[in-house]
Amino acid sequence: MSHDTTRRDLLKAAAIGAVTIAPGLTLIAPPAQARAPGQPASPTNRWGLLIDTSKCDQGCTACVDACKTEMGLPALDRPATDAQYIRKVDVRDPKTGNQHSLPVMCQHCAKPPCVDVCPTGASMKRADGIVLVDRHICIGCRYCMMACPYKARSFAHEDQTGQSAHNPRGKGCVEGCTLCAHRIDAGGQPACVEACSKEGGAAMLFGDLNDPKSEISQRISKEATSRIRADLGVDPAIRYQGI
Amino acid sequence: MSSHRIDYLAIPAWTKGWLTILAALVAAIVAAGIAVLYMEHQGHWVTGMTNQVVWGMPHVFAIFLIVAASGALNVASIGSVFGREVYQPLGRLSALMAMALLAGGLGVLVLDLGRPDRLIVAMTHFNFKSIFAWNVILYSGFFAVVGFYLWAMIDWRMKRAYKPAAITAFLWRLILTTGTGSIFGFLMARDAYNSAVMAPLFIAMSFAFGLALFILFLMGSSAALARPLSQQLLRKKGRLLGLFIAANLYFVAVQHVTALYQADRVPVETFILLQGGVYTWLFWGVQVGLGGLLPLFLVLRPDAMRCHLRAAAILVVLGGLAQIYVILIGGQAFPLTLFPGMEVASSFADGQVNAYVPTLAEVVLGLGGFALALTLTIVGASAFRILPASLGDGEDATAEVIDAEGEPLAAQ
Repeated sequence: MSHDTTRRDLLKAAAIGAVTIAPGLTLIAPPAQARAPGQPASPTNRWGLLIDTSKCDQGCTACVDACKTEMGLPALDRPATDAQYIRKVDVRDPKTGNQHSLPVMCQHCAKPPCVDVCPTGASMKRADGIVLVDRHICIGCRYCMMACPYKARSFAHEDQTGQSAHNPRGKGCVEGCTLCAHRIDAGGQPACVEACSKEGGAAMLFGDLNDPKSEISQRISKEATSRIRADLGVDPAIRYQGI
Repeated sequence: MSSHRIDYLAIPAWTKGWLTILAALVAAIVAAGIAVLYMEHQGHWVTGMTNQVVWGMPHVFAIFLIVAASGALNVASIGSVFGREVYQPLGRLSALMAMALLAGGLGVLVLDLGRPDRLIVAMTHFNFKSIFAWNVILYSGFFAVVGFYLWAMIDWRMKRAYKPAAITAFLWRLILTTGTGSIFGFLMARDAYNSAVMAPLFIAMSFAFGLALFILFLMGSSAALARPLSQQLLRKKGRLLGLFIAANLYFVAVQHVTALYQADRVPVETFILLQGGVYTWLFWGVQVGLGGLLPLFLVLRPDAMRCHLRAAAILVVLGGLAQIYVILIGGQAFPLTLFPGMEVASSFADGQVNAYVPTLAEVVLGLGGFALALTLTIVGASAFRILPASLGDGEDATAEVIDAEGEPLAAQ
């Protein structure tokens, strides 16, 4: 190895390094949709999902597993009280025998019954349509669980350990799918959607229902979609195909 | 207004019997406190409640007591608002019991919260679209309105306020029970609830449960204090109880028949009325049979005796607890319908009848609510002149026709 490194060598090395590192920097830079810290959620967005049940295999639980990992939900082997933010529901038509499987989570309704019934306002809807529980003022009355048409909420039945940093949980509070608001705020997409595209059948599409140019808006404007219990008029943000 | 008057006497406190009863009640309250500490320390997984049956036995007791509270006020309302003089001497006890029962019910409800330590949050953060938030105001206001009404009954200087206070309390209690029934009536997604009939049904339930508890306390206290209690007065109360039982049965019939007429409600009705196991048994056997038809028969017999009335009142209480159990737990046990007409299965109990087995701690907490209500009633009736000295016939009949509107003895 030579000890007489010239200025030209240094500049050359720096240039090579910059070319090597630059793409990486681009990768971790926040995308255009990310919100700056302190900037409130915008009502110009309405985040939602489109789920194509024809691509959802009955035995696949990639979305459910990813949610548990992302949100730090331990399996205590107590199915009656363990929290489930998302579950796979197998549906069968008894008249025809037709079967399909689909994930069900908080439907992030535009008119959420859980928000209407919450006495303290802990159950709330963000400006961008994401329905959340403010665990600072949740008193654990569980009226939202009674009111939710989708059984989308769980109650923290015990002390919590090993919590995820972006999903602080507390014994005695109600909780549910946040649509991975922490990821969306950083410009990403929900963990279930990511897992479905990587390990599942790519049945889930995430996007902004208020943006007519978004892929989800384009598709729901051209393809037939439906919502679970649309008759209730709560206007869910989760749309399905094939139910 | 009759010139007769009624003397009121406080229950003599610190007697052996008084101390024995109070000690037993305090022991029940302490046991409930221990049950609460256990459930709150461990978390709700040690109870029978789950993510599917989110309200359990504590809520059955709490709702029963809250509903009965407004019903217990009826005796006072009948005397004051509707001018039935024979009921006027019992107005004070009626108001006291109403407040005590509400305190017992709310105590149970609050102590079953996931975060009872955040009660102050419920008092300071209001979502006015929530019927629960309205109930926080209605329940708190009930204490103020009925407390003032009781004051107007006891203090002769408050005589001018008596009638307005009575009317306000009567209207308040009707709105309060409407609010309690609407907790269920507004649940649009639950097939067993979501009906406007829930509000009048709960009002009818409150009439029956409240009067039954009132009769039991009145008979018990008269016997314990050896104060006369007119057979005629009891028969009147018995017939009134019969009317309320019939009203409750009527609204129960309306509740189920209207649901049966809707095709999408037939499965839940089939579950409750025919195939629901313990819920079906409780509905027909305890709620309708033992708690409805049998007490109706007992109180309406022309020769109804005290024992018949006492038995009828006890049966109405048992039937009432069964009725709330069937509404509350049965309604949650039936699976929520996400996909009408489809068969569903999941890891989260979709499509399954949800199991619920109450634990001892839940029952002890609920019974603690009863103990608290009874303690407050006894202590209140010991501290103030609440109970009439006599409710007897003939020579004992100082209470037969009464000016119970607070005239002081010296003023007569």
